[in-house]
Amino acid sequence: MSFLIRARKKFSRFLRFFLKKNRSRIGIYGPPNAGKTTLANRIVRDWTGDAVGPVSEIPHETRRARRKENITITGTNGGSIVIDIVDTPGVTTKIDYHEFLEYGLDKEEAIVRAREATEGVAEAMHWLREDIDGVIYVLDSSLDPFLQVNIMMVGIIESRKLPVIIVANKIDLPDAAPARIKSAFPQHPVVSISGLEGRNVENLYEQMTEFFG
Amino acid sequence: MLQGVQIDLISEDRLSRLTSMEKVRLILDDVMEGNIVVLEKGLAPDEASKLIELTMREIRPDGFSGIEMETYPESEAPAGLSGIFSRLMKKRPGSRLTVIGPANQMKMIKKEKDLISAWVSSR
Ligand SMILES: Nc1nc2c(ncn2[C@@H]2O[C@H](COP(=O)(O)OP(=O)(O)OP(=O)(O)O)[C@@H](O)[C@H]2O)c(=O)[nH]1
Ligand SMILES: [Mg+2]
Repeated sequence: MSFLIRARKKFSRFLRFFLKKNRSRIGIYGPPNAGKTTLANRIVRDWTGDAVGPVSEIPHETRRARRKENITITGTNGGSIVIDIVDTPGVTTKIDYHEFLEYGLDKEEAIVRAREATEGVAEAMHWLREDIDGVIYVLDSSLDPFLQVNIMMVGIIESRKLPVIIVANKIDLPDAAPARIKSAFPQHPVVSISGLEGRNVENLYEQMTEFFG
Repeated sequence: MLQGVQIDLISEDRLSRLTSMEKVRLILDDVMEGNIVVLEKGLAPDEASKLIELTMREIRPDGFSGIEMETYPESEAPAGLSGIFSRLMKKRPGSRLTVIGPANQMKMIKKEKDLISAWVSSR
């Protein structure tokens, strides 16, 4: 963690006592494998020292939404927010257990994972409908935005009239092209980061204090 | 019998006479039979949300594996308009041509802002 974040983390703890108890719940959404949990872990680790959940190269690793309460984030401009971070299962319209066999799971494990994944998707949709006040929408910038983004999902998020920040993740990959994501979402703030390496997360914190404040 | 895939094009008139649940059920039942459904007018966000949830409930190992569903992004506001003004100018969300099919038979091969290209196999 950088010195800057450490200093602001202290300041954040101090501020927590004074900020309103009514925290917003920020949902981290996006397709399976986009890096939602990696990012959630980084945010939570940077500002509290804990973690949220396990990460895996196998899609649908997160099959239950997980909430981490009371995270105070302070931007470089001095603005602070207190939020809950909700890491959600990747939303998709199709799940086939055969996909998991390619990662070495046996048939029984794969079938269980697929069933849990279908429940996870329904749960993520439910949170969005009932309990989410703001969205971080994570996309893999090494993939074509139009092929990975479900336009329906974007429509659903927009219709809730929630503040949305788009994250173009995995910019450390050689074929990352975050500009494609920017042009696909002209109406939303887009932040390019590497959740894995932490590159440019400072900028995300800045945007979060601005849009979720 | 003739080998092939059935394509159902559902008109805006027909869709507008149905309740949300009837619409979602009609689409899902049709797609679960292996048909491709093309909607003249897309689903409202709440209906799309219901369709995703219902689809998840119908998925079975070695049976139905879900849907492919694509529509065009909303048209961009004319240049020069921004903020609230561009929102007012935007068409109602979910109002565009939409194609839905069984995931194990339909693959999106190309998708751009203004072109959707899909490949369909018979069962
Ligand atoms: N190169 C690179 N890999 C990343 C980055 N973020 C995540 N990954 C990798 O992508 C894979 C998926 O990461 P997760 O954080 O589990 O993704 P998720 O979106 O939570 O996935 P689900 O819970 O399955 O929907 C893992 O192998 C991560 O190590 C990144 O910024 N760069
Ligand atoms: Mg996850």
